[in-house]
Amino acid sequence: MMNLNAVFQYFTNGMDLGTFLQHLTNGISLGSLYALVAIGYTMVYGTLRLINFAHGDVFMMTTYFAFYGVSTFMLPWYVSFILAVILTGALGMLLEKGAYRPLRNAPKISIMISAIGASFLLENLAVVLFGGRPKAFPSVKVLTDSVQFGSVSIQKLTFVIPIVTIIFLFGLLYLLNHTKTGMAMRAVAKDYETAGIMGVNVNLTISQTFAIGSMLAAVGGIMWGLKFPQIAPLMGVMPGLKAFIAAVIGGIGNIKGAVIGGFILGIGEIMIVAFLPSLSGYRDAFAFVFLIVILLFKPTGITGEKIAEKV
Amino acid sequence: MRKKASVLVSALLVGALVMTGCGTKAPSTPAPGSTGSSSSGDVIKIGVFEPMTGANAAGGALEVEGIKLANKLYPEVLGKKVELVLVDNKSDKVEAASAASRLVEKEKVSAIIGSWGSSLSMAAGDIVKTAQVPTVAASATNPLVTKNNDFYFRVCFIDPFQGKVMANYAFNKLNAKKVAIVQEVSSDYSIGLAKFFTDSFKQLTGDENAIVGVSNYNTGDQDFSAQLTNLKAKNPDVIFAPGNFTESSLLIKQARQLGIKAPIIGGDTWETPEFIDIGKDAVEGAVFSTFFTSEKPITPESEKFLAEYRKEYSGKEPAAVTALGYDAYIVILDAIKRANSADSVKIKEQLATTKNFAGAAGMITLDENGDAVKDAVIKQVKNGKFAFMDIVKAK
Amino acid sequence: MKQKKTLLTVITIFVLFALVYLADQTLDPYKMRILNLCAIYVVLGLSMNLINGFTGLFSLGHAGFMAVGAYTTAILTMPDVVKGQNFFMAPMMKPLDTAHVPFFLALLISGILAGVVGYLIGAPALRLRGDYLAIATLGFAEIIRVVFTNMQSVTNGALGLKGIPVSANIWWTFGVALVTVLVIGSLINSSYGRAFKAIREDEIAAESMGINLFKHKVLAFTIGAFFAGIGGGLLGSLLGTIDPLMFRFFLTFNVLLIIILGGMGSITGTIISAFIITIGGELLRFLDESMTIGNLVIPGISGMRMVVFSALLMIVVLFFNRGIMGTKELSWDSFFNKFSKKPLAKGGNKQ
Repeated sequence: MMNLNAVFQYFTNGMDLGTFLQHLTNGISLGSLYALVAIGYTMVYGTLRLINFAHGDVFMMTTYFAFYGVSTFMLPWYVSFILAVILTGALGMLLEKGAYRPLRNAPKISIMISAIGASFLLENLAVVLFGGRPKAFPSVKVLTDSVQFGSVSIQKLTFVIPIVTIIFLFGLLYLLNHTKTGMAMRAVAKDYETAGIMGVNVNLTISQTFAIGSMLAAVGGIMWGLKFPQIAPLMGVMPGLKAFIAAVIGGIGNIKGAVIGGFILGIGEIMIVAFLPSLSGYRDAFAFVFLIVILLFKPTGITGEKIAEKV
Repeated sequence: MRKKASVLVSALLVGALVMTGCGTKAPSTPAPGSTGSSSSGDVIKIGVFEPMTGANAAGGALEVEGIKLANKLYPEVLGKKVELVLVDNKSDKVEAASAASRLVEKEKVSAIIGSWGSSLSMAAGDIVKTAQVPTVAASATNPLVTKNNDFYFRVCFIDPFQGKVMANYAFNKLNAKKVAIVQEVSSDYSIGLAKFFTDSFKQLTGDENAIVGVSNYNTGDQDFSAQLTNLKAKNPDVIFAPGNFTESSLLIKQARQLGIKAPIIGGDTWETPEFIDIGKDAVEGAVFSTFFTSEKPITPESEKFLAEYRKEYSGKEPAAVTALGYDAYIVILDAIKRANSADSVKIKEQLATTKNFAGAAGMITLDENGDAVKDAVIKQVKNGKFAFMDIVKAK
Repeated sequence: MKQKKTLLTVITIFVLFALVYLADQTLDPYKMRILNLCAIYVVLGLSMNLINGFTGLFSLGHAGFMAVGAYTTAILTMPDVVKGQNFFMAPMMKPLDTAHVPFFLALLISGILAGVVGYLIGAPALRLRGDYLAIATLGFAEIIRVVFTNMQSVTNGALGLKGIPVSANIWWTFGVALVTVLVIGSLINSSYGRAFKAIREDEIAAESMGINLFKHKVLAFTIGAFFAGIGGGLLGSLLGTIDPLMFRFFLTFNVLLIIILGGMGSITGTIISAFIITIGGELLRFLDESMTIGNLVIPGISGMRMVVFSALLMIVVLFFNRGIMGTKELSWDSFFNKFSKKPLAKGGNKQ
């Protein structure tokens, strides 16, 4: 072990193996959160070709639902979490109906502006309804404790989140590839006008997509709240952007890609700080640099499904 | 094109003139009893300009609690009613400048209190200086706030002193030889404090390498694991983590989860209930410097403030910034009394000579820059409460 | 007819400056500040409208260009002594610590630097389309902000700069606004402007008509960035202090709100809505105030004004997609047409 460590330090400029493993676990833990939120993002994008700017804010609302469920209504945490996920699904459908459906045939720029507007509206409503001061997300002891492996300390959540992510990934893949609803979603994603002519209920399908996408955001939000137990009206902005970046890295619209992209972004962010500590102040910029590089050189993402330009 | 545009610009300017012009004639605020001018009539207006929304809303709300309480206890001066005019600066610099300007010009206040957040205070700096309206910041600790500005004062101590206090604490009480720093690089407060801590600590230890590592994070960040893991590898005796309570509580939590055992110390912003709510067991033992303690009333005014605060907020303990908001108000009132006038310039002259004034958060003497020279209090989180540890005398 | 219109324009400009003079003489500094902000938002709105409205490139990078402009103006106009006081943490980089130019030149350099940054960003990013472009420009703006936060020896980092000479008075702001209107107005009516609009309407059709897409997009983007930089410089000079946190996405959102309300692709619409939004924002303060009187639960209610603003944006987008003016303009022609039944003058004015 000593030898291995020495060899390792030689290659990593003095960082010992334990520290590196700690960084790696941190990265995986963060990456799996990005991945979870990114799945919902990419799903909505895949269907509507719309960057749902409000995705991060939907995610923020979930944490408040869960918070009030536990603190005001005294529900057990699991009941509160499930209710929060369902409520968020409804919120997503409402959002689609109110902010996006009326603009379905409008220029793309209008829909994007509407999405930005919806995002700001949710944030400001949250300030008015819940107050600007942060609140403590209910803590669930069984999930948030840490386990010690030698010098590496790992929160139990670090195991839970990737498992949850993988479960949802496969669940979603099954839904999309093996059910009628999934087929309708894929049809709408390809060409919603034709899908409509072929008998798919387009409005319903898009509504379902939003509900599922938002519920995935909700699950991400709850996991996020457990890991970073502080909720505030603007908490969704950065995770939303990061999840979007993860989705782009993986090739937007591609669910497996989103998961891979999430892990790459999470681990990448941590490793930049790990190996270049003097650049730690630039951490947020790194994600955007990554995004821009991917967009410029491999706009279809690393998994690369070519999206034909509709003329 | 140019035709259309220019006709429009002038039309709008006319419209704007009419609109803003009407503003003067119409009653300026819905508040009853306002006469529109402070120096005449039987009301003296004091402007309060604080972030009520946005990123700094929490701090703003705490300060306003103190200011309102002071106003309730001392509603009159020179036989006139004191009216508070509260404007929201939205934690935004452009808004802060407009808000301050509104207080000065539209509300014609005699003096101003605010703002939480040094950068917001600085946005008002030129406006109050030009308009010659004395302004007292409650908790803005950036040295630049009062620099070159005769009309800006503050009732809190400034970052250099606080940095020194914590460096002394780390060196003398915790016997620290090696310290790591995690700073919020986008916060003037945090990097200022980190810098003054570094200077003092290096001086104390006589060791240029006493600071073993510096890590940065940005406002709003939630994941600090990479920065903390780096610092853990440096094996510091103490971690100094000045920053806002929102990020700091998460940071300390993550540090403990990563198995970092070193004491974590910080600055006054930590003293909010949310810091403990969010940090829970993890923040137990966290030490920070602040302005005020509810356990050891420093002056008779502190006792009065404490009793009234507990009555008003049913047993809740006040935060330091609340006491400072309270002090900002009574310092201004005292100056008005001594000036025997609601004239801004006269109030300013009296404010500048404030000496050994008993405020709720200690004795206040304003130095030549308009900064308060006062003692610092060191507190620790103990059993889920902020517990008093020590008082450090100024100078 | 043409001569008559030019004469009218000249007269209006004189009237405008007479009004500015009047305002300067009679209004208190608070109202002057609001008017100054209106004019600055006209500059910012127009610069963004050139990119987003006229050329149809959805860019969200405005705050970044403004930051470049604001910092340039600040650094080039601040007296050396003040710089020394500001940079008490780390000394300022040479030769910036003694750099000093007149305000006009500083504004111009701000614009040019912002334009250069715009070009450097635009040249690669403008290969992207639609929402990808939006998110990439947003990313660039964030990167600029993060870099400014970390460049202690140039920007003073998070401490910000204080004591920037307040040179931006109403003559400057309205003067710059007028110049911006004239320049962007002539640009829009030139062959370049027609190319921009062609790109907005249909890129592929425009390209097949022989319009060099890339050249025109980059041109619009660079000129937009140029004026955004000048607007940022004016804003910094008006406030007297700047810091990196000022230039968050929120600032871009404010400008976006103005061009959407005014109409994407309308100069006069942008001007109207810059005034409406800026003055309206101040008038709406009562939404926050009246709620707080006699009520201690302040933070919960004080955000009302922002809720109204974001709801307003949604309503405009959903129900009045074209904003106040759409792509139309107020003009002498439409002005005369309102009052006479005479047919439209030769050539009309419909863009």
